[in-house]
Amino acid sequence: MTPSRSAFAALLAKDLRTELRTMRSLPAMVLFAVTTFIIFRYGLDRTTLSGSLAGGVLWTTLLFAGILGINRIFVSELEEGGFDAIRLAPVDRTVLFTSKASALFIYLAVLEAIVVPVFAVFFLPDWSALAPLLPVLAGANLGFSVLGTLISSMAVNSRARDLLVPLLLLPLVVPLMIAVTAASAGLFDAAGPDYDGFGTWLLVVGLYDGIFLLVGYAVFDFLLED
Amino acid sequence: MDDGPDAAKGGAAIRLRGLSRLYGERIALREVDLDLAEGQTLALLGPTGSGKSTMLRILATLLRPTSGQVSVLGCRLPDESWKLRGRIGYLGHEPLLYRDLTGRENLELQARLHGIPRDEASVRIERDLELLGMSRRADDRVSGFSAGMRQRIAICRAVLHRPSLLLLDEPDSNLDPEGRELSRGLIGPGEGRTRVLVSHEPERAIAEADLVLSLDRTGRVDRIDDGRRVTAGATGEGP
Repeated sequence: MTPSRSAFAALLAKDLRTELRTMRSLPAMVLFAVTTFIIFRYGLDRTTLSGSLAGGVLWTTLLFAGILGINRIFVSELEEGGFDAIRLAPVDRTVLFTSKASALFIYLAVLEAIVVPVFAVFFLPDWSALAPLLPVLAGANLGFSVLGTLISSMAVNSRARDLLVPLLLLPLVVPLMIAVTAASAGLFDAAGPDYDGFGTWLLVVGLYDGIFLLVGYAVFDFLLED
Repeated sequence: MDDGPDAAKGGAAIRLRGLSRLYGERIALREVDLDLAEGQTLALLGPTGSGKSTMLRILATLLRPTSGQVSVLGCRLPDESWKLRGRIGYLGHEPLLYRDLTGRENLELQARLHGIPRDEASVRIERDLELLGMSRRADDRVSGFSAGMRQRIAICRAVLHRPSLLLLDEPDSNLDPEGRELSRGLIGPGEGRTRVLVSHEPERAIAEADLVLSLDRTGRVDRIDDGRRVTAGATGEGP
C-alpha cells in the first residue's frame, strides 16, 4: 500500500491547485457571504450587532456560504473519474475523505479570513472579539468540513445533489450551529467579550467534531463501493 | 467448463466461474466461465450492451459481481480486491484525467498514488510521454487537449505503475494511425503482458489474441475460441 501521508498530500495538493487555477468555489462563497452581510445590514437596519444576534448573523451566513463549497467538493472526482482512479490505486480510501475534508477546511478558513473582517466592519463596534473567535471558527470548520465531506460523498452521484446536500446537512449541523453560536454570543457582548460558558460550548464543538470524524472514518470506505 | 491447459500450467491470471452481474432486473453478464493464463491476451468481443465493459470493470475491482467466482492474479473478488490494487492497469471509456491539471501533473499524481518514488516516476513519465509523442504538450492542461491527446495521456496513466494485468476498453478510440502505432509499445502484445482487450475492430483484436470470448446481447458467452482458429476462420483459411 502507498503510504497514506504521501497519497493525502498528493490529493490535497491537487484540489488546492485546481481551485487556484479555476476559482470555482471560493469566489462564489465569498461573494455570497458579503452579499448576505449587506442584506442583513440594510434588512435589519442596524449598524451594530451584539450577543446572540451577531453570532446568528455570522454563523448563518458562513453556513450557507460553506454549502456552496460542499456541493462542489466531489464534482471533479465524479466527472473526471477521480473515484475510479482512487479505487484502482493501492491507497486507503479514507485518504480521499481526509484530503477532501482538509481542502474544505482550507476553503472555509480562507473564506473566513476575508469575510469575518467584513462582518466586523459592518456590525462590530470594536474588533476585540475576533482573536478569541479563532478557536470557535477552527472547531466549526473542522465539524463542518468533516460532515460536509461525508454528506457530499453520499449525494454526489445523485442528479439532485444541489438539493440533497442542504437537506441532509442542515438537520445534522444544527447541534454544531447551536454550540458555535452560543460560544460566540458572549464574545460579541456589547460590553466586550464575556467568557462565561465559552469553554463549555467549545468542548461541545470538540465533541461534535470527534464524533463525526469517527463516523466519517468508519463509513467512507463503504460509500465508495459500487 | 474444464480448466484450460494453459491456465493449469502457467498459473491463471483470470479465472471466472459462473460470473453474472445484474443492474436491478437487467442482466448484463450471464454465467460466464473463462480461464486466461498469465502472459496471454484475451479479445473480448460482442455487440454494444453485451456486457464487455461491465466484465472489464468487475475484473478491475470497480464493480462487484452479483454471483459466481472471480479470481484475478490469484486474488478472489470481491473479498481480496484490496490485494489487487496497483496491480491492474485499467483504460476505460473515461480517461480518468483531471481536466484542470496538465498531462504531466496528472501522471505525477498517479505516480504518487501508486507509491512510485519521485525520481523513478519522473524517468518513467518522460519515457512514456516520449514514446507516445506527447513530450511537447505534456505541460499543457488536459482541458486543452484533443480527444486523441487525452487518450495518449490516459494510456500513459494506465501503465505508469507497470501493472501485471492490462484491462483495455477500446484503447484505440480517438487515436490516429500514428497514435495507434506508438501506443503498441506500451499496451501492445509482447513482453509477457497479460491483457484483456475490448475492441470495436474484431479483426485487429483477434489478430493479437490468444483467446477470444464473444458475448451475445444477453450477456451470455456466444463463443470462446483460440485466437488463431478464429482468425483463420474469419479469413477463410481454416483447415
